[in-house]
This record gives sequence, structure tokens and C-alpha cells, in this order.
Amino acid sequence: MAENKVILDHIDDAGEQAIEAYQAHGGYKGLEKAMKQMTPAQILDEIKISNLRGRGGAGFPAGIKWSFIKRDAPGPKYLICNADEGEPGTFKDRKIMTSKPHIIIEGMIIAAYCMGLDTGYIYIRGEFFEPYQAMDKAIEEAYSKGFLGKNILGTGFNFDLHTYLGAGAYICGDETALMNSLEGKRGYPRLKPPFPAQFGLYGRPTTVHNVETFAAVAPIIANGGKWYSELGTPKSGGTKLFGISGHVERPGVYELSLGTPWKEFFEDIAGGVRGGKKLKAIIPGGSSTPVLLPHELEGMLLDYESIQSKGSMLGTGAVIVFDETTDMVKVAYRAMKFYAHESCGQCTPCREGCDWYYDILGRIYHGEGRIEDLDTLEDLAKYIGPNTICAFGDAFVTPMLAFIRKFRSEFMDYIEKGKYGLQAVLDAEKKSEEINHA
Amino acid sequence: MAFSFNESSMNEFHKWGKKFPENPEGRRSLVIPALWISQWQNGYISKDVVNYVAEITGTEPLHVWGVTTFYTMFKREKTGKFFLQFCTNITCTLMGADQIFVNTCKKLGIKPGETTSDGKFTAVEVECLGACGSSPTLQVNDKYYTHMTESEVEKLIAEFRGAK
Ligand SMILES: Cc1cc2nc3c(=O)[nH]c(=O)nc-3n(C[C@H](O)[C@H](O)[C@H](O)COP(=O)(O)O)c2cc1C
Ligand code: FES
Repeated sequence: MAENKVILDHIDDAGEQAIEAYQAHGGYKGLEKAMKQMTPAQILDEIKISNLRGRGGAGFPAGIKWSFIKRDAPGPKYLICNADEGEPGTFKDRKIMTSKPHIIIEGMIIAAYCMGLDTGYIYIRGEFFEPYQAMDKAIEEAYSKGFLGKNILGTGFNFDLHTYLGAGAYICGDETALMNSLEGKRGYPRLKPPFPAQFGLYGRPTTVHNVETFAAVAPIIANGGKWYSELGTPKSGGTKLFGISGHVERPGVYELSLGTPWKEFFEDIAGGVRGGKKLKAIIPGGSSTPVLLPHELEGMLLDYESIQSKGSMLGTGAVIVFDETTDMVKVAYRAMKFYAHESCGQCTPCREGCDWYYDILGRIYHGEGRIEDLDTLEDLAKYIGPNTICAFGDAFVTPMLAFIRKFRSEFMDYIEKGKYGLQAVLDAEKKSEEINHA
Repeated sequence: MAFSFNESSMNEFHKWGKKFPENPEGRRSLVIPALWISQWQNGYISKDVVNYVAEITGTEPLHVWGVTTFYTMFKREKTGKFFLQFCTNITCTLMGADQIFVNTCKKLGIKPGETTSDGKFTAVEVECLGACGSSPTLQVNDKYYTHMTESEVEKLIAEFRGAK
């Protein structure tokens, strides 16, 4: 199995950012088909048939999400593209925005037309200044061609689309925090329900999708939901972008049919572990998904169900590769530093829990761990995840527990021998080995 | 010294104004854009900026201050002309970013977060920049530099030093 380029088709061509190049490769044909030959109900059917699931991490079926919106309800209704891409390890949305921005815009217009939404925002993380400029330019082009604004393609349908620039807060990737941020507030997640479809931006019905989800919409409409669905597995329709990084021979963003065997992706496409080293572990879907060991990867397929059956998640499709030389205590500690920095502080269990986790992992890493520390972390976990407003609590507890359970002996080494002590022991072992070999 | 937008900032602000509903809620949505525009003009968010942003967005200074402190990218003090933001998250550190960061700080003669005495460089550690496939990643002001090594960073710094 090779790569299967639907979204990434032509993405590396010079000039594919421009609307002319995009149109020359069939761009905006999906929109014309949707608006001129299909009813909103037919569009919704195709999306349902396609089995497209949200690519922002949770994998919620797009067709079901779209059906929550009452098309004819009066008053403003909003569409939001989540371009906050902050999950460590993830770098796919940035590529689409900078290299093929029109595929996002086309998908958004089709979605807006289908659900009867009048205004859209693309919420771009503050660090993505270059993608922000690329999106702005593309939006301008789409307006000038009559794909945005009033009376789109002569159908009487109006839709305005704008960019928005975040300012550095991972939590704003949570769709409800994102909406608060768009409203000019601190990015605190909201309690759900009510869900965005009932009470979203400015309290109005709102649909939020990830960049990649929108990017799949136009190809689905142009080629049919069945075509897309059959690119993947019966439960995980279509293709998915996988970004692979770390100790891997050929890091980058690849588009694969869902259901592609892990082994083929890792070994044939990405070239395996860098420098011929041995694999120690991977994170399959961004730092919030539990780490997997080589034996757990046996027979794993790259789709939602298969990765879940191995005890982890597809997440954002952000694979991080660790070779045999990796210090997993250091990895866990660095990942925890991120969560401690990014907890928004709204819920006590998450705010305090993050600091405790970070402190305890810190003292372990710095050689001052206590024998009971790992049990304390296990125990603390019970009080965090279930008691918070958003999924952030689970997003750090679950992967941290996986680190300490799967690499318990490494953590215990740090605790029992201390960091510098451990290094000293290893050095001594190496020396005696050298002597023995001499 | 009271702060206000210069002409180009004002034009930018009006451009943003068209994106949101014409009501108090829509005006409040301009708080973050107004803070950005202020920072582009002023370099950082001062108390005067906070008061000004509150005034033009119809919100309270306390609200604007609360927003300012929530978002990492809003600076509350002046930084060097070249703001070096080193990602040291998982992938970048696997590729050596933590060492590059520490050693670059040493070479610049500053501690993490500090600014060189000539006002040219500030070096900070940041979270995943969403460019892990070409890590280590360094962001200087708005621009990304990828595949960083210590010598590449050194070259960049020499280049920036020479720049006016
Ligand atoms: C802490 C947190 C961070 C998140 N970050 C992102 C993000 O950066 N990008 C994204 O698309 N979704 C993110 N999500 C998921 C969104 O809340 C939401 O489910 C998603 O944007 C819906 O789009 P989809 O249906 O296309 O997946 C995050 C969720 C949580 C709880
Ligand atoms: S870890 Fe540095 S860019 Fe993602």
C-alpha cells in the first residue's frame, strides 16, 4: 500500500496556493456541484455515506454533527475552522493552510451551504503567522471569484469567511475555549451541554471542525461519499494525514488510507528508525495519546478502532518515534511541563493536578524521587480526569499513566539510583564491559 | 505617555472591525486583535495599551488585562529586536533542541528569558510550534526556521547582528 493523496494531491506543486492553480486541478468543482446540482439534504447524505470523522482528535462523525443544525432556524449561525493545531507532535494543518488553503475554504463553503450558516471564522494559532497570511490571501481570492460573499454562484446563498489570530494558548484548541477566545475573553472551556450546535459562538448555533476535516469535504462532494468511504475501512472512512517525527528516517506528513498497516507505513513509507537503531516506543496520535511498545504495534492498523484496541488513540495522527537511546523519564517530564504550562487554571483538579504531576516527575527526573511517588501519581489520577470541565485532565493523565506503567523500571531506576547516580552506574557498567572485552 | 494607534494600526483595526457583528459582543471580539495590533506597534502591552484597548473595544481595562495575561504571546515587557523562540517540546528535544537552547543562551551571555544588553536578542523556550517534521524548530519574531543545529543558530544570530 502506498500513499493515497486526496487532500495532499498536488500540495507540493509550486504555486498551488493560488486559486488558479487550485482550480486547474479541479478545485471548486465540488462547490459548483454542491450548489448547482444538489440539495442540502443530498449533501448531508453524501457526508454521512463518506464516513468522514472529525480529524481534530476525537473522531466524531461529521455527518451526525452536521445534522444537529436546523438549517431554517432564523438568526445568525456560525461555522468555525479550528486551526489552533497545538497538540505536540502535530503539524498537518499548517501544511494544508500554507500550501493548499483553498481546499479548506471550499470545504467550509459547502458545509455552510449544507447547514445554512452565514458566517465563518478560521481560528489560527498566533504562532502561525505565515499560514494566517496565506489564508487571508486565499480568502481574498475566493471573494474576488464570487465563491464568498453575497449570492454565491447565483444561488442567493450568502456566506462570509474571516480569519482570526489566537495568541498562544493550547487550551483554545478545545472548541468551547476557542469560542470564548473568539468572543474576546480568556480561553476557558465551557461546560457541555449545551453543545455548540445549540449554544455556540455568541450563544448561536455553531459547527466546529478541524482544518483537515474541512479539507476532506470538497473531494467527497466531487467524487461521492461512497468513493471516499471505500478509500478507508467500513468504520473509518477515507484517508487521514499522518505526521511522523522524532527518531525516524523520513519525517513528514503523509496521507494514508485509514486501515493501512502500521508496519507498512513505518517501515516502507517513513523508512523505519533513524540510523538503523532499534525502536523503543511510539506515541501514535499526539502527546495526549498513550505511548505504545513495539510488541503492541504487531498487527496494528492505522484506523480509529485498531489503535484503540491496542490501548491508545488515533488522535491527530501525530506519530512520535523513540529509538532505543531515548530516556523515557525525560520524555514524560518534558511532556508534563507542557501540560503544567497549558492548563488554563479554571478547574482546581486540573490546575493543581498538573502542578503536582510536574513536581513529582521533576523530582524523580532530578534524582530526588521517593519510593511511593509512582503510586501517588496513580492515586492522584483518579481525582483529576472525571472532575474537570474539558478533556484536558484526561489528556495528560492518560498518557502519563501509560509512561509510568510501561516504563516502570526506568522510573524506578531514577528513584532508586538517582539521576546522576544512574548515569554513574551506567558508566561503571560500560567501563567494566569494556574491560571484560579487552 | 498615553498610547494610541497610529494611522496604519487604525486602518488594520478597522479591517478587523468588519469581521464581527456590529454590537457590543462583536466589539468585545476585537480585544485580542486590538492587543495584537498594539503589540505590533508598541512592542509590548503596557498599562496604557490596556486602557486604550478597553476604550476602543467598549470593555473594561480589567477585562483586557485578564485577556492579556491569559495568552502567552502577549508580552508584558519589551524584548529584544530578535525574539528567539526555541521549541523544546517532545520531538524538538529528541532532536537536540534543549541543548541548542541552553548553549545558545550561554553564548549570548543571558539566562533563559533574558535580553542581551545591546537589546538585540531575547531567547525563550516555547511549546510545540506545529512543525515537528522539520525539527528542531526556532521561531524568530514571526518567522519559522527549521532543522536547527547549534551552528545554524549561530549563523542566524551572526546574520541578525549584522542586520540594521
Ligand atoms: C485541550 C484540547 C485541545 C484541543 N486542540 C485541538 C486543536 O488544536 N485542533 C483541533 O482541531 N481540535 C482540537 N481539540 C478538539 C476540539 O475540541 C474539537 O473537538 C474539534 O475541533 C472538532 O473538530 P472535528 O470534528 O473536525 O474533529 C482539542 C480539544 C481539547 C480538549
Ligand atoms: S515539538 Fe517542536 S515543533 Fe513540535
